[in-house]
Amino acid sequence: MTAATTELRAQQDRGRKAAQNREKWAQGRTYISAAVVLIWCLAPAYWMVVTAFRDVGFTYDTSILPTHVTLDNFNTAFDTSFGNRFGQALLNSVFIGGVVTLVSLVIGVFAAYALARLNFKFKYLVLGFILGASMFPGVALITPLFQLFTNIGWMGTYQALIIPNISFVLPLTVYTMTSFFREMPWELEESARVDGCTQGQAFRKVIMPLAAPAIFTTAILAFISSWNEFLIASQLSSDATQPVTVAIANFAGAQPNQIPYTAIMAAGTIVTIPLVILVLVFQRKIVAGLTAGAVK
Amino acid sequence: MATELGPTPVKAPASGGTPVHHAPKGVGEDNKILSQGKWAAWLLAPTVIALGIVIVYPIISAIVMSFQKDAGLDPATGLFTAGGSAGIQNYVNWLAQQCAAPAGGTVACPPGTLGAQFWSATTTTFFFTVVTVAFETVLGFWMAMIMARTFKGRSLVRAAVLVPWAIPTAVTAKLWFFIFAFEGIANKLFNTSILWTGSEWPAKWAVVIADVWKTTPFMALLILAGLQMIPAEVYEAAKVDGATAWQRFRMITLPLVKPALMVAILFRTLDALRMFDLPYILTGGANNTTTLSILVINQIRQGFNSAAALSTITFIIIFLVAFIFVRFLGANVVEQSGATGKGKK
Repeated sequence: MTAATTELRAQQDRGRKAAQNREKWAQGRTYISAAVVLIWCLAPAYWMVVTAFRDVGFTYDTSILPTHVTLDNFNTAFDTSFGNRFGQALLNSVFIGGVVTLVSLVIGVFAAYALARLNFKFKYLVLGFILGASMFPGVALITPLFQLFTNIGWMGTYQALIIPNISFVLPLTVYTMTSFFREMPWELEESARVDGCTQGQAFRKVIMPLAAPAIFTTAILAFISSWNEFLIASQLSSDATQPVTVAIANFAGAQPNQIPYTAIMAAGTIVTIPLVILVLVFQRKIVAGLTAGAVK
Repeated sequence: MATELGPTPVKAPASGGTPVHHAPKGVGEDNKILSQGKWAAWLLAPTVIALGIVIVYPIISAIVMSFQKDAGLDPATGLFTAGGSAGIQNYVNWLAQQCAAPAGGTVACPPGTLGAQFWSATTTTFFFTVVTVAFETVLGFWMAMIMARTFKGRSLVRAAVLVPWAIPTAVTAKLWFFIFAFEGIANKLFNTSILWTGSEWPAKWAVVIADVWKTTPFMALLILAGLQMIPAEVYEAAKVDGATAWQRFRMITLPLVKPALMVAILFRTLDALRMFDLPYILTGGANNTTTLSILVINQIRQGFNSAAALSTITFIIIFLVAFIFVRFLGANVVEQSGATGKGKK
């Protein structure tokens, strides 16, 4: 009896040890995999930043740590003597992104409210239409717009860049906000109505403050997607109105056959850093916004 | 939502005997409150009108244009002609790779002209789509499984995957162009001397690698969101029942994450089919990396109407792929995003 118990206990101990070992091994593997993911995601971005700070004479230096550190490339990036207008392009991107985001939010918030809250005929049709719009290929818009804007003399104007951008930012905005709105405590709206608010008042005074974080996140996502737009801008912008993506793609060096990599990497770093900071600060919200609607 | 206030759309169980909330919105309140349908119409109007202007109008306009002849010098007479109706000639020209012949009529487009590139661009587009989405799915799934585990530094990994996603594609393209430069880090690391953007397959793989780097995080996050919907108890129960890790993955993870996975694959597929920025900047479309989108852009300056026909073809291809996904592969995007409330159907 006692022998059997000891035997049993020993067996249990061995089992527990084996389980612990397995656990440790699994944990170790997790860390190794996590490290691989980290390196895969960050190494190229790191390379951009390191190169941005590297002296142009050592463009192809491949030492992993920063060497020949200089800020010259950032000056070169803003230098206009070779026909680059990076500074202007930054302002253009901020302006275009700002207007597109604002317009999309103001228009989209109502649609999102209706789609999340109200029950009506053709709801799924409207949702499908909006989703379809967000998946729409930009090239299908560009040809008629190119001709139209040429005819009415809008080529290279800001409105020629803003209006097509709305076509893909607005669906994204509606889609994201709809999913956010579905998660909100709408009982509060009802309480406000019971307390004598009209539906409009309840929306403005109770729902809007609650919805502010969702709207803010949506605004970030909308701004990023407008900031990153290239196809339409590359065709419809002029030197004066081009956004940063176009400016970087066309970045010219002193000699036509020599690509100013370090300056381009500096420009890329400038364009990327604000976004990365924004994304890291609001990480949770942004992930929620990105994945909103895909799973429910 | 335990207490279902207001008219929640009880869609499915119409016959189930559950009383459907048809109570009008403001009970005992403002009589002037519009019915929900009217409310919805007012709220949706700005979006629908805006999208009508920026999307529906251009589509219709493109379709109309695609049936017009491009204005230009008539090859037969050498005189300027103003276009006119082309019937389906523009479409036929693309699909059969025919170009206007000097003697009138059409001949097979000479190699190198845009007209001769339709099928190779289509093939390239589908190659990029299939290969990148396949890599992104597998890698994304793997990343999502890692991020779903609990370990110290998990939030660091979750933040890091957002970095490639946040970098503008134009910058990504330039960055990888530099990485793949002849004297660049890629050749140095792998001890190779490949002219990455100089010949067909290296150029194609350069685009694939850059695209996979940039977009896998999006895939991973969508799959992660799906993974997190699976309750831990299910796994515990399976463990108790003696299921192996592989069995748990195949019998629990895969089927339960499938809806989210299908949506992620659909999104990425449609996005890859319209791929433009990356190959346009990275390789300039050279060495058979011209996608349909690049071909449209190159065509615009040679003739709007012909470009419109090509963009309509591209649009139809993407639409068909989306249709196949939704209809046959069960990627039910609208249902998933449209299902109001958290109740199960």
